[in-house]
Amino acid sequence: MKLTLRIWRQHDPDAPGGMAAYDVEGISPDMSFLEMLDTLNERLTVEGQDPVAFDHDCREGICGACSLVINGEAHGPERTTSCQLHMRSFRDGDTIDVEPWRAAAFPVVRDLVVDRGAFDRIIQSGGYVSVPTGAAPEAHATPVPKAAADSAFEHAECIGCGACVAACPNGSAMLFTSAKVNHLGALPQGAPERETRVLDMVAQMDAEGFGGCTLTGECATACPKGIPLTSITAMNREWLRASRKVPRG
Amino acid sequence: MSNPTAYADYTTGEPLADTKAPEGPVEDRWDTRRFTAKLVNPANRRRHTVIVVGTGLAGGSAGATLAEQGYHVVQFCYQDSPRRAHSIAAQGGINAAKNYRNDGDSIHRLFYDTVKGGDFRSRESNVHRLAQISVEIIDQCVAQGVPFAREYGGLLDTRSFGGVQVSRTFYARGQTGQQLLLGAYQALSRQIAAGNVEMHARTEMLDLIVVDGRARGIVARDLVSGEITTHFADAVVLASGGYGNVFYLSTNAMNSNATAIWRAHRRGAHFANPCFTQIHPTCIPRTGDHQSKLTLMSESLRNDGRIWVPRAAGDTRPAAEIPEDERDYYLERIYPSFGNLVPRDIASRAAKNVCDEGRGVGPGGQGVYLDFADAIARLGRKAVEERYGNLFEMYERITAENPYEVPMRIYPAVHYTMGGLWVDYDLQTTIPGLFAIGEANFSDHGANRLGASALMQGLADGYFVLPATVNDYLARNPGHDTPGPEHPAVAAAVAETRERLHRLVGVDGDRSADSFHREIGELMWEYCGMSRNAEGLRKALDRIPQIREEFWRRIKVPGTEGEFNQSLERANRIVDYLELAELMCLDALHRAESCGGHFREESQTPDGEAARRDEEFGYAAAWEFTGTGRAPVLHREDLVFAYVHPTQRSYA
Repeated sequence: MKLTLRIWRQHDPDAPGGMAAYDVEGISPDMSFLEMLDTLNERLTVEGQDPVAFDHDCREGICGACSLVINGEAHGPERTTSCQLHMRSFRDGDTIDVEPWRAAAFPVVRDLVVDRGAFDRIIQSGGYVSVPTGAAPEAHATPVPKAAADSAFEHAECIGCGACVAACPNGSAMLFTSAKVNHLGALPQGAPERETRVLDMVAQMDAEGFGGCTLTGECATACPKGIPLTSITAMNREWLRASRKVPRG
Repeated sequence: MSNPTAYADYTTGEPLADTKAPEGPVEDRWDTRRFTAKLVNPANRRRHTVIVVGTGLAGGSAGATLAEQGYHVVQFCYQDSPRRAHSIAAQGGINAAKNYRNDGDSIHRLFYDTVKGGDFRSRESNVHRLAQISVEIIDQCVAQGVPFAREYGGLLDTRSFGGVQVSRTFYARGQTGQQLLLGAYQALSRQIAAGNVEMHARTEMLDLIVVDGRARGIVARDLVSGEITTHFADAVVLASGGYGNVFYLSTNAMNSNATAIWRAHRRGAHFANPCFTQIHPTCIPRTGDHQSKLTLMSESLRNDGRIWVPRAAGDTRPAAEIPEDERDYYLERIYPSFGNLVPRDIASRAAKNVCDEGRGVGPGGQGVYLDFADAIARLGRKAVEERYGNLFEMYERITAENPYEVPMRIYPAVHYTMGGLWVDYDLQTTIPGLFAIGEANFSDHGANRLGASALMQGLADGYFVLPATVNDYLARNPGHDTPGPEHPAVAAAVAETRERLHRLVGVDGDRSADSFHREIGELMWEYCGMSRNAEGLRKALDRIPQIREEFWRRIKVPGTEGEFNQSLERANRIVDYLELAELMCLDALHRAESCGGHFREESQTPDGEAARRDEEFGYAAAWEFTGTGRAPVLHREDLVFAYVHPTQRSYA
């Protein structure tokens, strides 16, 4: 396959960025999208040009590092991560636009790499169960109904890639935040901190500069792990319940 | 280096003894050690700083636990977030001797299975402790909210894994590593928020600082700004993972690397059993030269999938057209009692053998079938989907083949490294104050790791073992002045790091870092992969210094060292692979026996199984660095088996 790539190049957060065009040849349909970028970078390197910077690591769709907007869609045309997108999803001769996540809370570091530290800070604000090592009771002391365990798992699958934010016209992080709130909220182990968790995480999310949610549903459509849109409505309910129970000034 | 084999030589130094493991019955040793350990007064703990490098299962759990105990933790990861370390990709599960199934499991059985599975090249004291702690890990993770699979009664579900005949593997669909890691990450996040952990993401350790014989800090590079920084502590913990990426193609994450442990080795930490690498039997075969990594298909699939190849060599018919009596379910045939669930090393070698016989399937004949037709007929598609749905989906996405309809094609790939920094019972390396945990150390898996034991070991080390032993070290070594940047050892480490990076950028050659990585990887796969012999290893040992020389002449790193520069990151990691590869080949050459994942063609039983030579090689080989391309010193740690008597492993 022969393709034309138009890639966002930006040297650093303060530098102006712009799209640059590159032709690539000899692309196999079995290549992953990132292996296709490897091919381009190999050529740029040997030619002495700066290769395109992009985040990637496990390349099996679970670490959440890769983060490309491909032809205007977060992670591209398939419902998966950029690393698990294969070139068989494109046609010979295609022109493909590649951009970084676009969101006020995710500043560009270089080219296609963005800073997602805001996600870590949302988890730090309450996305955990406070159980120091050694303090745990016997695992079978509290049976968990299978339905609750499955629901927790469904939300815990979030890989923290940020596609939800990139896809959202408002740059909202509601799907990410609600995934953790609902994961821990579904389990008896998460119950004692249920109210403070949702209030603190939502407050942190707002403080990071993510946009508000208008339930456009783009986030759930882009999510490579299929976190459902109902996750957001469930978190809204949790937040409302908690804010009535724990009034904050 | 005029003599082509001169650098294959080594000298022999003093034997090593694990001085920290207490005497007495094996089941009492951990209690004894914890009792003899000195404690640091809780009020004094915040005055101690501990550096933790890596945020995988071992590093994440260690950082969180040390901080909970009151220590000041300074932690590093090269990823943009501590949630992304490669532990996250572990699929199948985590072992624990809970015996919830009432199927005859016990701590002693897990201990026995692990020592036997490791082909009698691990340390009994360590392995027994691991089995003891396994039960506490499950409790801890459940309390954190890890959503393990459960039965309808609300209790935890388990499944079987290779090399054992009980069902002791706890799992969260095919994403157990992800869920356990997020548990550790969340515990770590709580401590970051509390100000007890100072987290440095996108920061890579490039050297160890040793002052007066003790590990006192690290030299690191901020991967965003390119700035070289120094960090000081009273103890340094390496939880930087394994070195499987030396093979270029492996199931490791692209950026997993050996630099932290290799630089520690160069500073005096012995490196043990570097040739013990695990080739995992069930990975998706490669499709072409563009391949950047290989993807594992969880071993749990062997619970229900049947492995086969055509009976006749050169049979290119599609799987569906090959009648039952013309198929060879070779694992079930050769190993009737364990069948498809033999340990990984045995399953991998068997796959290689049938492919070498010309009976492999798929492009290039480098594959065997993993067939779910019987399981789907027996359990129904829905039940199979419930168990393995995400794995099947992943397979289809990569190969464009539907495994519900056609059998999966799989082939072995490099997956895990049992070797690593030598540590004593306290997980301390030969440099006082430097600890190594998780895959970065060599301690528990001997010559072959059993499935679902890596997660167990990472968390055992991080949550339970290390926090107890670091405590003892700090209590016995209170009050050192923090070395300043002007200290000669600090200045030298910084200067060497700067010089190395500057030189990499300055060569301005014509070959990319990746091209060298591929070259060294192919060489290692060829001569130090699934089966090894003296002639091939000699060839590799001749070739590696040549590649190293060429690297420093032809490497091309665009950009500068003072900026975000992924090419420089890669090139710098390859510098270390080019030395580590040599030690791996030397270790493989010196160990003229077969054991576990290390198969020397010269040492096999009449029916082609690995033949150990306990009299000569019943030791762990710990290597001391003496200089690039110079003969290292071998220190032997004799292994004593008082509980599990070494026998020829039999899974037939």
